[in-house]
Amino acid sequence: MASHAGRAVATEAALAAGAAARRAARAGITSRLTAGWHEAGGPATLREHLQRYGPLPQPGRNRALIDAVTAAGLTGRGGAGFPTGIKMRAVASRRGPAVVVANGMESEPASEKDKALLARAPHLVLDGAVLAASAVGADSVHVCLPRGRRRLAEAVEDAVAERERAGLDPVAIAVRALPHWYVSSEESALVHWLNGGEAKPTAVPPRPYEKGVGQRPTLVDNVETLAHVALIGRYGPAWFRRAGLPDAPGTMLVTVAGAVRAPGVYEIEAGTRVGDILAMSGMAVDAGPVLVGGYFGTWHHAEEVAGVPMAPGPLRAIGASPGTGALFPLPADCCGLAETARVLAWLAGQGAGQCGPCVFGLPAIADDFAQLAAGRPKGPVLDRLDRRLGQVGGRGACRHPDGAVRLARSALSAFAADVRSHLSRRACLAAWRGQPRQGVLPVPRPAGDGEWL
Amino acid sequence: MNPIACTGHGLCADLLPELVGLDEWGYPMLDGAPVPGELMALARRAVRLCPTLALRLEPAAPGAGRRRPAAGSDWRVMP
Ligand SMILES: Cc1cc2nc3c(=O)[nH]c(=O)nc-3n(C[C@H](O)[C@H](O)[C@H](O)COP(=O)(O)O)c2cc1C
Ligand code: SF4
Repeated sequence: MASHAGRAVATEAALAAGAAARRAARAGITSRLTAGWHEAGGPATLREHLQRYGPLPQPGRNRALIDAVTAAGLTGRGGAGFPTGIKMRAVASRRGPAVVVANGMESEPASEKDKALLARAPHLVLDGAVLAASAVGADSVHVCLPRGRRRLAEAVEDAVAERERAGLDPVAIAVRALPHWYVSSEESALVHWLNGGEAKPTAVPPRPYEKGVGQRPTLVDNVETLAHVALIGRYGPAWFRRAGLPDAPGTMLVTVAGAVRAPGVYEIEAGTRVGDILAMSGMAVDAGPVLVGGYFGTWHHAEEVAGVPMAPGPLRAIGASPGTGALFPLPADCCGLAETARVLAWLAGQGAGQCGPCVFGLPAIADDFAQLAAGRPKGPVLDRLDRRLGQVGGRGACRHPDGAVRLARSALSAFAADVRSHLSRRACLAAWRGQPRQGVLPVPRPAGDGEWL
Repeated sequence: MNPIACTGHGLCADLLPELVGLDEWGYPMLDGAPVPGELMALARRAVRLCPTLALRLEPAAPGAGRRRPAAGSDWRVMP
């Protein structure tokens, strides 16, 4: 009854918590990617994997898988939510051999799901990459992981070696370790690095599906997306649609942290109400606003978001999106402005240093936010922020600045009362309950080596 | 406009202030609106003279094809 999985410790507590979890478990359709996770200490071996899911369907260069993925209505789980079938078809329709890139970088600090998936079920991801490669006419797969996560890379390399020994795959799989910045996992940055350049986004077009790795048409997909492809290839689109909503089918991995008793990675049906997910992870009754979708996401009051299904359409109606599937209710003793200021400062330092509005605009915005958070504004900080937030969005080569702007805007509205209090009393609402706790949202240390190559 | 190539010379804003504003750091802001006919010559000049070749004129209507920028109203300076 693994209705979910995650950090092993999280599982027991989460199971105990809430009727939502029991309902989901009875339905039995939400342990697709996470089947067996709570028994396994480490990655599933190839044998365990094949026992659990059955043999890999015969891959072949044909459109059947693309049709199945399209009919299943699978959308990308890397943040943007683009329909996977359309992207596969676009790559398949280009001339010449293609390349598949599995994006396992998971730069998003609030998200753990891709690491958890690769660490527990590497073969599911590799199956998906191999099936997708055959379907779009690719003869090679690159699995991109960040350089800092050595153990994870070793686990995936071991899985690849296991498959080679078994002679399973008709395509070559290479595990690649990339420099790790927030933007180095953006798809054009992956392609640029795989082509021998720096892991920085390039001006598009041409997009990777037109001209990517080695100038060949390239399918870049998130590792969770590929794991779903592996299951659609085995069980078909009708099975896939047995979970989720008609316009947001399937299951998805979410990462819940913050003011919850059982933080971790959960597999949910797409369209599960955000409040049910939070209840399932044991959210504290006095939690503050919830950050939905990670650091390119938005803050919302719990009442606003609780009844909204975790799916792109319904979330869009409140200005949110599932993003990377991360949910983070703010603990009551934390200041949302201070937390957002820290994240903005980190994001400002994670850009690729290429585009003026990103290079100058994001640090300026982060600085304004720091003044707000400290209650020490220099000049009319709100007017200045408003102008800057209006100027920076949409003006980078990639969407990094847009994500930061979105986060900043939503913080100003969700923490409007705190903004007033900071500006009028130099103190935060959280400070009424004592010194606010700092540094709750995870912000990694900047990559020490400063490398992009 | 290619934001990676652009280094904020600001020449385009000098040549074409009607269409190009600068942000507080000196980088051009374009609204992507169609270039009026009477500004086409200036727009072409701005594109040609950009020191980093970061600007481009594009047909605004999809399918307007590779016609030379002529009448003006279906062309825009690309953001
Ligand atoms: C700044 C930035 C960072 C990104 N980081 C990731 C990442 O860590 N992992 C990921 O899968 N996609 C990331 N993406 C999205 C990728 O560019 C790409 O859309 C995605 O890998 C496509 O896979 P999907 O269609 O399966 O979601 C990022 C995008 C941007 C703009
Ligand atoms: S917008 Fe920022 S992160 Fe994106 S390419 Fe330009 S400088 Fe790099």
